[in-house]
Amino acid sequence: MSGIRKYLGLILAIVVVLAMAAWPVINGKDITREVVFTMLLSVGLASSLNILLGYTGYVSFGHVVFFGLGGYVGFYLMAVHDWSLWTAMIAGGLASAALAFLLGKAILRLRGGYFALATIGVNEAVRAFINNFDPFGGPVGMSLNFQVYKNYGGGAREALWMSFYILVALTLLITVVTYMVRSSKFGLGLLAIREDEDAAEVMGVIAPNAKTWAYVLSAVFPGILGVLFFFKNGNIEPAPAFRLQMSIEMIVMVMLGGQGTVLGPILGGAGYQRLRGFLLTNPLFKNIQLAVAGVLLLVIVLFVPAGVVGWVRQRFPKLRRVLQ
Amino acid sequence: MTMILQVEGVGKVFGGLQALSDVTFDLPQGQILGLIGPNGAGKTTLFNVINGVYPPNGGRVIFNGEDVTGSKTYHMAHRGLARTHQIVRPLNELTVRENVIVGACFGREGHGLGQAGKVADEVMEFVGLAVRADQLAGSLNVGQKKRLEMARALAARPYLLLLDEVLAGLNPSEIAGMVEIVRKIRERGITIIMIEHVMHAVMNVSDRMIVLDYGQQLAEGTPEEVANNPKVIEAYLGDPELAERLMRDSDEE
Amino acid sequence: MDFLFASIIDGLLLGFVYGIAAMGLTLIWGVMNVINLAHGPIIALGMFGVYLIFTGLGVNPYIGVVLVAVLGLLLGMLIYYIAVHRVINAPHLSTLLATFSINMIIIGLGTAVFSASPRNVDFSLGSMTLGPITLLGSRVVAAVASLLITGGLYAFLYKTRQGRYIRAVANNRDAAELMGVPSTKILALSFGLGTMLASVAGALIATFFPFTILAGGVYELKSFVIGVLGGLGNPIGALFGGLILGVLEGIIPTFMPTTWVPVLEFVLFVLILLVRPQGIFGAKK
Repeated sequence: MSGIRKYLGLILAIVVVLAMAAWPVINGKDITREVVFTMLLSVGLASSLNILLGYTGYVSFGHVVFFGLGGYVGFYLMAVHDWSLWTAMIAGGLASAALAFLLGKAILRLRGGYFALATIGVNEAVRAFINNFDPFGGPVGMSLNFQVYKNYGGGAREALWMSFYILVALTLLITVVTYMVRSSKFGLGLLAIREDEDAAEVMGVIAPNAKTWAYVLSAVFPGILGVLFFFKNGNIEPAPAFRLQMSIEMIVMVMLGGQGTVLGPILGGAGYQRLRGFLLTNPLFKNIQLAVAGVLLLVIVLFVPAGVVGWVRQRFPKLRRVLQ
Repeated sequence: MTMILQVEGVGKVFGGLQALSDVTFDLPQGQILGLIGPNGAGKTTLFNVINGVYPPNGGRVIFNGEDVTGSKTYHMAHRGLARTHQIVRPLNELTVRENVIVGACFGREGHGLGQAGKVADEVMEFVGLAVRADQLAGSLNVGQKKRLEMARALAARPYLLLLDEVLAGLNPSEIAGMVEIVRKIRERGITIIMIEHVMHAVMNVSDRMIVLDYGQQLAEGTPEEVANNPKVIEAYLGDPELAERLMRDSDEE
Repeated sequence: MDFLFASIIDGLLLGFVYGIAAMGLTLIWGVMNVINLAHGPIIALGMFGVYLIFTGLGVNPYIGVVLVAVLGLLLGMLIYYIAVHRVINAPHLSTLLATFSINMIIIGLGTAVFSASPRNVDFSLGSMTLGPITLLGSRVVAAVASLLITGGLYAFLYKTRQGRYIRAVANNRDAAELMGVPSTKILALSFGLGTMLASVAGALIATFFPFTILAGGVYELKSFVIGVLGGLGNPIGALFGGLILGVLEGIIPTFMPTTWVPVLEFVLFVLILLVRPQGIFGAKK
C-alpha cells in the first residue's frame, strides 16, 4: 500500500473537520462561529465516546460526567486560583482521566445493561455531590470575572474566537488519536473485546487493562473540552455540567454516524447538531423538535443500526479503505 | 522426556455437581493426547481449568514446569497455551485476517501489527483460509470457522494447543483435511490435546488417549489399549454384554 | 424522636408508591432484559392522565387511576410493537436507544401540549392523627393501593395462564417458545404491564405532589436505584427496595441536609451494582 492511500481514511476525516472549521473563518460571522462551535464540540465528544462505545462495545450512558467534572476542576482553578486556560485544560483532562481510571477497574467488570446503569449512577452521584460541594459553589456554581478574558487577546470577542481555534485544534487532535487507536495493536485488542470479550482473553488480550485505558482515553478529551466550554460560557452550574440528556445525545451522534468508525462520529456529531439547529428554528417543528428528533432516532435504531458510515461500508465494500 | 503439562488431582464442582474429580496425567512434549468420553463427561471443563477459564476446586496444573493453577486465560495465552472452542467464537465484524492477527499480536510471541500480519498470512495459507482473508469472519461457513479457530490459535505460536472438537460438524473430506492439518502441526513440534467424538480420526492421530466419564478418568493408554478396554466400551454403550460381543467381533476380524 | 418517627412513617408510605414504579421497570428488565428509558415520561403521563380526568372531566381521581392503568397497559403494548420488538434480540444499545427515543417523543409532545409549568390534582382526603403523627389521607390510600396492586400482580403472575407464560418467558424464552408459548404476545403484555405499573405510580404520586411533564425523570432514577436494591427482575424485591429508599429519604434529612440524599442514594446504587448486582434480596448466582 502506498503512503497516501494508507492514510486516506484519516485524511478524509481531517478534511471534513477543517471544512467545518473554515466556514466561520471565511464568512467572519459570529453567529456562524457559534453554530460551528457547537458542532465541533459534539464531534469531539462523540469521537471520544466512540473509543469506548464503538471500539470496545461498552455503553457508557453517563459519559457527560467527564465533561462536567473536567469542566468544574478547570473552572475552579481559573476562577479561584487564577490559573491560565491552558493549565486549567490540562488539569481538567487529568481529573477526568483519573476518575475514569479509578472507576474503570471497578465498573468495567459489569457487562451490558449493568455497566450502562452504573455509569448513570456515577454521573448522578457526582452531580449530587458537586451540588453540595461548597468550594465549587454548590448549587449556584461559579462565574468567571469578565476581566479574565482580557488576558486572551483583548475583549470578549477575541476570547471567543480564540476558544473556537482551540476547539478546532482539539477536534483535529481527537480525530488523529481515534484514528491511531483504530489502526493500532491496542485498538485491535479493543475490537476483539467488543466482538467477544472471553474469546479475546483466551487469545491473550488483557481485557481489564485494555478496557480501563480505553475508558481513560475516552474520558480525557471530554474533560479538556469541558474546561474550554465553560471558560467560553463564563459560568458553570451542576445542571448543565452533568446533564444526563447530553450523555445520551453523545451516544445518538455516534450511532447516527456509525459506531466504531473514525469518520462516523464526526459526521454524526455535526449532522445531529445541524439537524437540531434546523428543528429548533423551523416554525413547523420548533415546538415539537424533541419529538421529531425522537422519531428520527427510532428510525435509525430500527432500520439503520450501523449508522451512515457503517451502512455505506456494508453496501460498498470498496469504499472501506476511505471510510474508516 | 520433558513434560509440557502436568495435571495433578484436579477437581471441579459446579453447584453440587462434581464435573471433574481427581484428574491426573502427564503430557510429554510433542505428543498428541486424545481426550474422549461421552457427552457431559467433563472434557471441555478440563480444558477450561487448564487454560484458566475458571480455577479448579482442588489439585494443580503445571505448565512448562511452572505452577499455573488458577492463572487467567490471557496469562496462559502469553505462556504459550492456545485453544479452539467447541462452539466457534469468531470475531464476527472483523475480517478473517484481523481475527488471525489478534492471535499473533496477543499470543506467546506478542508481535507488533506488522510482524503479526506476516504470521497471519503464513498461518492462513497453512490452514487453507488465505483466499478468505478479507472476508468478514461472521460470513464464513462452519467448516471455515473451525479453520479460523485453528488459525487464530496457531498464530499465537503456542507450545501446547487444546483442540475442542475441531472435526464436529465437518463432512468427510473436510475431516480428512483437518486431520492432515493436525498432523502437520505436530510435525512443527507443537504438543496437542484434542477432544474428539469422531473416533476413527482421533484413534488414528493420537499417541495416547484418556477417557473421561462423569468427571472421572476411566482409562488411559495407547489408542489400542483404550479401544479394547471393556470399561470404556461400557461407558460408551451403556451395556456390558453388547460391549463384550463387540470386542469378540473385533477380535475375530 | 417524634419527628424522626413521623419521617419514617412518611417515607414508608411514599416507599410503597416508589416500589410500584420500580416494579414496572424491573418487570420489563426481568422478562426481556430491556432497560426501559421511557419509564420516567410514562410516569409523567400517568400524572397527567389523572390530572386531565379529574380537572377536565371532573371524575374522582381514584377512578382516574383505574382508567390510567388500562391506558398504560395499552400504551405499553403499543410501544413494544412499534419500538422494541424489532430490536429485542439486538445488543443492549439498541433497546436502550429505542426506548429513549420514545422518551424523547413523549417529552417533546408533552412539553408542546402541556408546557413545562407545574400542575397539581386539587383533591384532598384530609388527614388523620394518630398520637404524635399526622397521616395524609391521600398517602395512606396510595400505600394501600400499592399493596393491592402488588398482590394483584403476583396473583396474575402465579394464578393465570398468561402470568405463567410471562414467568416462563422470563426464565428461558427459547425453551418457552419451543413449548408453544406465544412469546411475542407475552413480551408485549409484559411491556404493557410494566408501563401500567409506571403510569399507576405516576397517577398515585399526582394525588399528593405537584408535577410537570418532566417530573418523571426523578422517579425513573429512583426506580433504577430501587430496582438494583431489590435485584433487577424481582418485582417483590422492588417493593422492599422502595420501602428502604422511602425510609432512607425519611431518615437522612433528620441528621444531614436534604440535598445529600441523592449523593447517598447513587453511591449506594453503584456500590450495590458492584458488590451484589443481583440485589439485596436476589439469590446468589
